[in-house]
Amino acid sequence: MQPFTTLTGNVAPLDRANVDTDQIIPKQFLKRIERTGFGQFLFFDWRFLPDGSPDPAFELNQPIRQGASILLARRNFGCGSSREHAPWALADYGFRSVIAPTFADIFFNNCFQNGMVPVKLDESDVEELFRRAAAAEAAGQAYRLTVDLQNCLVHDDGGFSRSFPVDSFRRHCLLEGLDNIDLSLKHVDQITAWENAHGLASLKGGAT
Amino acid sequence: MPAPRTLLDKIWDDHLVCSPDGEQPLIYIDRHLVHEVTSAQAFEGLRVAGRRVRRPEATFATPDHNIPTTDRSLPIADPISKQQIDTLRANCREFGIRLFDLGDADQGIVHVIGPELGITQPGMTIVCGDSHTATHGALGALAFGIGTSEVEHVLAAQTLRQSKPKSFEVRVEGELYPGVTAKDLVLYIIGRLTTEGGAGYVIEYTGPCIRRLGMEERMTVCNMSIEAGARAGMIAPDRITFDYLRGRDLVPKDFDRAVARWETLPSDAGARYDRSETFSGGDVVPQVTWGTNPAQVVGVDATVPDPASMTDPSDRSSAARALEYMGLQAGTPIAAIPIDRVFIGSCTNSRIEDLRAAASVVRGHQVASRVRAMVVPGSGRVKRQAEAEGLDRVFTAAGFEWREAGCSMCLGMNPDTLAPGERCASTSNRNFEGRQGKGGRTHLVSPAMAAAAAVTGHFTDIRQWRYH
Repeated sequence: MQPFTTLTGNVAPLDRANVDTDQIIPKQFLKRIERTGFGQFLFFDWRFLPDGSPDPAFELNQPIRQGASILLARRNFGCGSSREHAPWALADYGFRSVIAPTFADIFFNNCFQNGMVPVKLDESDVEELFRRAAAAEAAGQAYRLTVDLQNCLVHDDGGFSRSFPVDSFRRHCLLEGLDNIDLSLKHVDQITAWENAHGLASLKGGAT
Repeated sequence: MPAPRTLLDKIWDDHLVCSPDGEQPLIYIDRHLVHEVTSAQAFEGLRVAGRRVRRPEATFATPDHNIPTTDRSLPIADPISKQQIDTLRANCREFGIRLFDLGDADQGIVHVIGPELGITQPGMTIVCGDSHTATHGALGALAFGIGTSEVEHVLAAQTLRQSKPKSFEVRVEGELYPGVTAKDLVLYIIGRLTTEGGAGYVIEYTGPCIRRLGMEERMTVCNMSIEAGARAGMIAPDRITFDYLRGRDLVPKDFDRAVARWETLPSDAGARYDRSETFSGGDVVPQVTWGTNPAQVVGVDATVPDPASMTDPSDRSSAARALEYMGLQAGTPIAAIPIDRVFIGSCTNSRIEDLRAAASVVRGHQVASRVRAMVVPGSGRVKRQAEAEGLDRVFTAAGFEWREAGCSMCLGMNPDTLAPGERCASTSNRNFEGRQGKGGRTHLVSPAMAAAAAVTGHFTDIRQWRYH
C-alpha cells in the first residue's frame, strides 16, 4: 500500500450531506474485476449530462477544482454499500483525503486500506473550511490545505489548524504503507490456537 | 460473580484471537459469504501474494447482484457481467470454495441462502462484502459488511482487524397492529434514528414486539440496520430461532447440543449497553419513503413533508434536493402519489413470508393498467416453495412478472432497472438517487403495501384493504 505521511493539496468542496456510495460510484461500473480505472466513473450521474458531456453545474467540474486532492463534504459521507469501489474511484480520480464531520463506518474502514485518510472534524470546523474555500475561490484561487498524518493535524496557511482523531494502529499502517494481511499472519500461531480451542483442528484448510 | 454481558459482548469475547499491544484486535470469522461483485479483486490479491484461502470450508459463494432474472437457459447478454460471474466460478474452483452457481437449485441472494441453508447460526461471526450482511444478525450472530480488502484478509487469515463496536439497544415495546409489518417497523426506527444514528454501534433489537416477530421478519429488521448507519443488527436467539434452524442442511449434527450452547447467548439481566432507545410498536403505521435516503420516511396516512418546516439546515437542504429529484411537492398526500413500477424482492423482502403477504393482497385483483410489476424471489428454494403453494399463479394471473432469484432491481446492476422519471413502489432497502436506474424514483414499502400499490396504481393504506 502507498504510504501516507503529509499531503498538501487543493480542496474540492462538495456541499452535500449523506453522499452515498451509489453516487460516488454508480452500480453500472461495479462489473470490472480490477481495482484500477474507476476514477473516470466517480460521481458519474452527477458529473455528466445525459449526452456524456461534463455537467458545468456539478461542484467538481468547476475549473478551479481540477486537480484537487482533498475532498470536503458534509456529514455521513460514504453511507450505503460496502463497495470498496468508492475509495478506489476517489483515489483513482486523485483524492487522497476526505474531510467531513462524520463518515459511514464501512467507507471509513475502506479508506485506510487504500492509502486514503478520512478526516473527521467538528461540524463547525467543517463549516469554517467551507467558508475559507468559498473565500479563496471567490478570489480566484483554489483553497489549499495540509493533512499531516504524522501529527494528526489539518492546517492551512491562514491560521486554521485542527487536530483530528485517528486510531493509532491504522495511523501506523498508513504512515508505513504496511500490508495488513502480512501483519495479521504474524499472529498465525494464535489463529491456529483459537481454531484448536474451538474444535476446528480436524477441518482441512492449511495455514498460509 | 462475572459482570453481566450483552449478546455482543459474548460473541466478541468468544471470537477474540488476540489483542496485541499497539494493534487493533484480531477476531475470528466463522463464516464468510462471497458474491461476484466484491470478490474478484480479493482473489486476485491472494494470487499475486501467493496466498491460499485459510478455511475454504467456512466460505460459501453465490452469484446474485449481477445476474439476469429472466430465462437462465440463455447466455448472459452483457459480456462484462458474464466475465464477473465467470471469474467467481473460476476463483471458487481454484481456491476450493463451495459455489451455489447459476442453475444450482440453492442459488439465491447471499443473505437469503445463508439462513435458509443453515450456514448462518447463532453466536457466529459472519462477514460478506456487502453491507446488508447485517441480515444474519437476526439469528443471534454478529454479522456485518466488509470491503474487498477485508474480504481478501478474511480469505487469507480467517480473521479481521476490528475495534470492538459500541452496543446500542433498540427496544420495541408493545406489538404491531394488523397490516403493519417488520419493514414498517424498521423504516419507522430508521426515520427516528436518522441514517447515521447507528454509526459506530451494533444494534441489538430487544423487547416484546421484537420477540413476537417471526424469523423472516427479524431478518427484515436486522437487514436494514445499515440504513441507520449501524454495521450490524442482532436479535438474541430463542425458540423461534431454533425452530427455524432445525433440520436445515448445514446446521450442527448434534442439534440439541448446539441449542443448549445457543441458549446461553442472550444478554444477561443487567447487562449494560452504550446507548438505549425505546419505541412502541403500537405507534407504527405502514411506512412510505418520500426522499432519497431511508430515513426520509412517513406514514402512508401523512403528506410529503415541507423542507421549510425543518429546523436543521442540512436536513432542509437534503429534503429540498430530494423532493426535486423525486418530483414531489410538499403537502401532497402520500396516498395520492401515482406509481409506474412495483418491485417485490431483495434481501430485505424476498422470502416466502413476504411473497405470501404480497400474494394475499393481490389475490383476485389485477395490476393497474399503468403499472408494471414484478416479483423476484430471494432464492431458488423460495421460488420453488412459492410455486408449490401456487403463489406464482396468483401473481401472474394478476399481471405480475414472475422471475428467477437474484438481487435484480434492488440495485439494478442487471437489466432490471427503472427508466428516468419512473416511480417505483419497492420492497428493497435503498431509495438513493439512481439506485434502481438513473433518474428512477424509489419509494420503500412493505411487500403488502407494494402489492396494494400495484393494484390501485398509487400508495394505498393496507389497513383498509379488501382481501378476497
